[in-house]
Amino acid sequence: MDAAQDHVQVSGLRITAPAAGGQETPIVSDVDFTIPKGQVLALIGESGSGKTSIALALMGYARGDCRIAGGGVRVGDTEILTLDASQLRTVRGNRIAYVAQSAASSFNPSRTIMDQVVETAVGRGLLSRPAAEDKAVGLFRALALPQPEAIGERYVHQLSGGQLQRLMAAMALMTDPELVILDEPTTALDVTTQIDVLRAFKRVVRQQGATALYVSHDLAVVAQVADRIVVLQRGRVREAGDANQVLEKPADIYTRTLMAAARPPAQARPHRPAPQQAPPLLEVRGLTAGYGRVEAGVPKIPVLRDITLSIAKGTTLGVIGESGSGKSTLARVIAGLVAPAGGQVLFQGQPLAPTLSGRTREQFQRIQLVFQNADTALNPAHTVSRILSRPLSFYHGMDGRARDRRVADLLDLTQLPAGLADRRCGELSGGQKQRVNLARALAADPHLILCDEVTSALDTVVGAAILDLLAELRRELDLSYLFISHDISTVRAICDDIAVLYAGQKVEMGPRNGFGDAPFHPYTDLLIGSVPEMRQGWLEEKETAVAPPPLATAQDANLCRFLPRCAARVEGLCDRLPPPRIVLDGGNELLCHHDGQALQHLQRGRQSAINP
Amino acid sequence: MTPTVPLREESMAKPVSTAAGRVWHLLSGLSTSGQVGLALVVLWLVLGAAGPLLAPYDVGAFVSPEVFDGMSARHWLGSDYLGRDVLSRLLSGAQYTVGLALASALLASATGAGLALTATVSPRWVDEVISRFMDTLISIPSKVFALVLVAAFGSSLALLLLIAAATYTPGAFRIARALATNLNQMDYVQVAYARGEGRLYIATAEIMPNMIHPVLADFGLRFVFIVLLLSGLSFLGLGVQPPNADLGSLVRENISGLGDGALAILAPAVAIATLTIGVNLLIDALPGRGRRITGGR
Repeated sequence: MDAAQDHVQVSGLRITAPAAGGQETPIVSDVDFTIPKGQVLALIGESGSGKTSIALALMGYARGDCRIAGGGVRVGDTEILTLDASQLRTVRGNRIAYVAQSAASSFNPSRTIMDQVVETAVGRGLLSRPAAEDKAVGLFRALALPQPEAIGERYVHQLSGGQLQRLMAAMALMTDPELVILDEPTTALDVTTQIDVLRAFKRVVRQQGATALYVSHDLAVVAQVADRIVVLQRGRVREAGDANQVLEKPADIYTRTLMAAARPPAQARPHRPAPQQAPPLLEVRGLTAGYGRVEAGVPKIPVLRDITLSIAKGTTLGVIGESGSGKSTLARVIAGLVAPAGGQVLFQGQPLAPTLSGRTREQFQRIQLVFQNADTALNPAHTVSRILSRPLSFYHGMDGRARDRRVADLLDLTQLPAGLADRRCGELSGGQKQRVNLARALAADPHLILCDEVTSALDTVVGAAILDLLAELRRELDLSYLFISHDISTVRAICDDIAVLYAGQKVEMGPRNGFGDAPFHPYTDLLIGSVPEMRQGWLEEKETAVAPPPLATAQDANLCRFLPRCAARVEGLCDRLPPPRIVLDGGNELLCHHDGQALQHLQRGRQSAINP
Repeated sequence: MTPTVPLREESMAKPVSTAAGRVWHLLSGLSTSGQVGLALVVLWLVLGAAGPLLAPYDVGAFVSPEVFDGMSARHWLGSDYLGRDVLSRLLSGAQYTVGLALASALLASATGAGLALTATVSPRWVDEVISRFMDTLISIPSKVFALVLVAAFGSSLALLLLIAAATYTPGAFRIARALATNLNQMDYVQVAYARGEGRLYIATAEIMPNMIHPVLADFGLRFVFIVLLLSGLSFLGLGVQPPNADLGSLVRENISGLGDGALAILAPAVAIATLTIGVNLLIDALPGRGRRITGGR
């Protein structure tokens, strides 16, 4: 490739952070890459790989105390690193635009969206306010936002995460930048939203002919948008090349590790016939829960409606759904933190009291809760050994050397070094914190662990290691899990049974095998179909899916909750009668008006997204 | 995506077993400003305790023919508006300010934080009762409250202490309650509830260590307010009774010397300043929530 053609050229880039004793630690070393005009380059790596630092260096910016210590960045004819502050100001926002990960915190909540979208273009005198607003509306339309003329008058709290992310892209594109930097723009979104956002980004960036740098940790997402891929680890380039080559024939061992971790293989395990006479370990019957005053068995803000499920001893039940589907509330109800409005929770055949005060210590001990975010789940004022000791002395009355020994055992069990015991959790890495979080639950000697999104906040490789650990612990200790996740491939990898929640309703439940091939509930189908595959061109193939037209009438609380988004709905039936519960041949139980054959017919031709 | 800086073993605080060792460890780890603060606080504690013994003259004695006299060998800090020795008055006044103000600030902050923790971990109605009671207390003007109480019971140090503490408890309660309710929603506290822990354990072991730093900062502020309140009360004749005076009253009674830049007003003002600055420097230097070792200082 001719160097003159390359629109962006980064050579020998070095970024350092200050370390103790006046030394500097390199966080990015000797990074070289080029981006030809109009192409998309993806930077991929785990947290700490320096990908965001590189992206920011392209705008001549280094975060905090970090410093760009050497190398060059050329965009068009401009050497970015030689510009002074005022020259950089004219480049940033005009020629180079940045789209951050969390749009919700990047917008000012007290001003309208339109004010903020046109701010750069109007403030720098590039466009008049009316012209800028016209242009913004055009971009809103191109990004497939609803009501493009009116959406600019809204405020942040009136918009969804996916919409905000697209609005932020519109803001970045207002000045027709030649280079757009997208920093993990879809990481915080649900899969079903992510696919729309990706599609909109891709189309608009192409239309504008802009060069783009896409920062992500997710190879499958990158496969959809990138022409070239650079794989980073600890601030160094591990592999760089055409997207095709990196995805099809990865040369570097680290790239292969990343790819393997992104899609964990289903863990094979001997099928154990459940003993028929014994009651299941946990049984949830007709559970309704929510927040606010309860009237006639229904809370003011219902979160869960009529949930029935059970977990046999030694098995794992996966619960999946989008944010807001009520998955976390389910775990809280079982743990006793939220009192149900109706229905029952039975543990080992005994009904559990609705609130904490009615439960016995034995019941507390046998059900343990592990939260998603280990940063907030571990008390920052306590050391690791204090965190792990508390359940030991609380449940088992251990103290002194016996307790210390058990703490060491637990650290060993969760594959943590014993030297960690005296540290506070602020001094641990994300993966270590999550292991401590898990070790605390294990300290109680539980029968059931409620895992709420335990791998969602972690890098793929670290998350995969935690999943392996969970599987190993289950084998060794005969544990049962309620595994809550939004990621269907994770759930399929480690769960025996899967329940799908949509807006508080259980729309489908069945053994894992039932989730391999159609038919599914239409929502499950949408969920599975939205997980990007790790190959190029997948997004274009998906483009045939047509969003259903909006509903004409307001929705009745008893009807199918998925109705407004369902592509398979039948007018006159689905919008009049509540859906029946049907059982498919594969053993899956569905909440739908269609029967198995009709669903099979509708979903035929779409191969399973996960098991080709 | 912050870079993970490898942890160095030697930078880790070694666990120290004995209480004295722990205190020494804490003090030696203070920053320079913290050590300055500590020195000032210790100095004032000593002066508060031993001040009356060190005073060269009687606190009420008229010893100089000059008013607002400057520095001299006989009167190190000059004389006040009635010709009394400023140094002696300062040394005897320190005990009221240090003792009374510090004790009431401690009482106010401790009561406020304790009630806030109780309100947070208790059922809703307890929270309502405590919060409404505090709202009632906050609505009473502090000076009128003091007037009524002093009129009813007569002025005494114990009463002053109670008045000052009662005046500043609701504010401390409000701040501590806001902190505690936020922390109560944290996942680690929820986990503790789900573990079946009692309320006392949750309040003292899970919530309190994480709110202690802002509560201490609030304590520093309240201390300054109480010094001012006490001097205001003394001015009205409700506080420390003449010829004794706390530091705030010393500033107030010598206010007419301000135009001449008299030492009689500067010295107690500097005394109050060093005391409050010392307290606040020390509080700010205390190790905060989750020592930030990974980020470097």
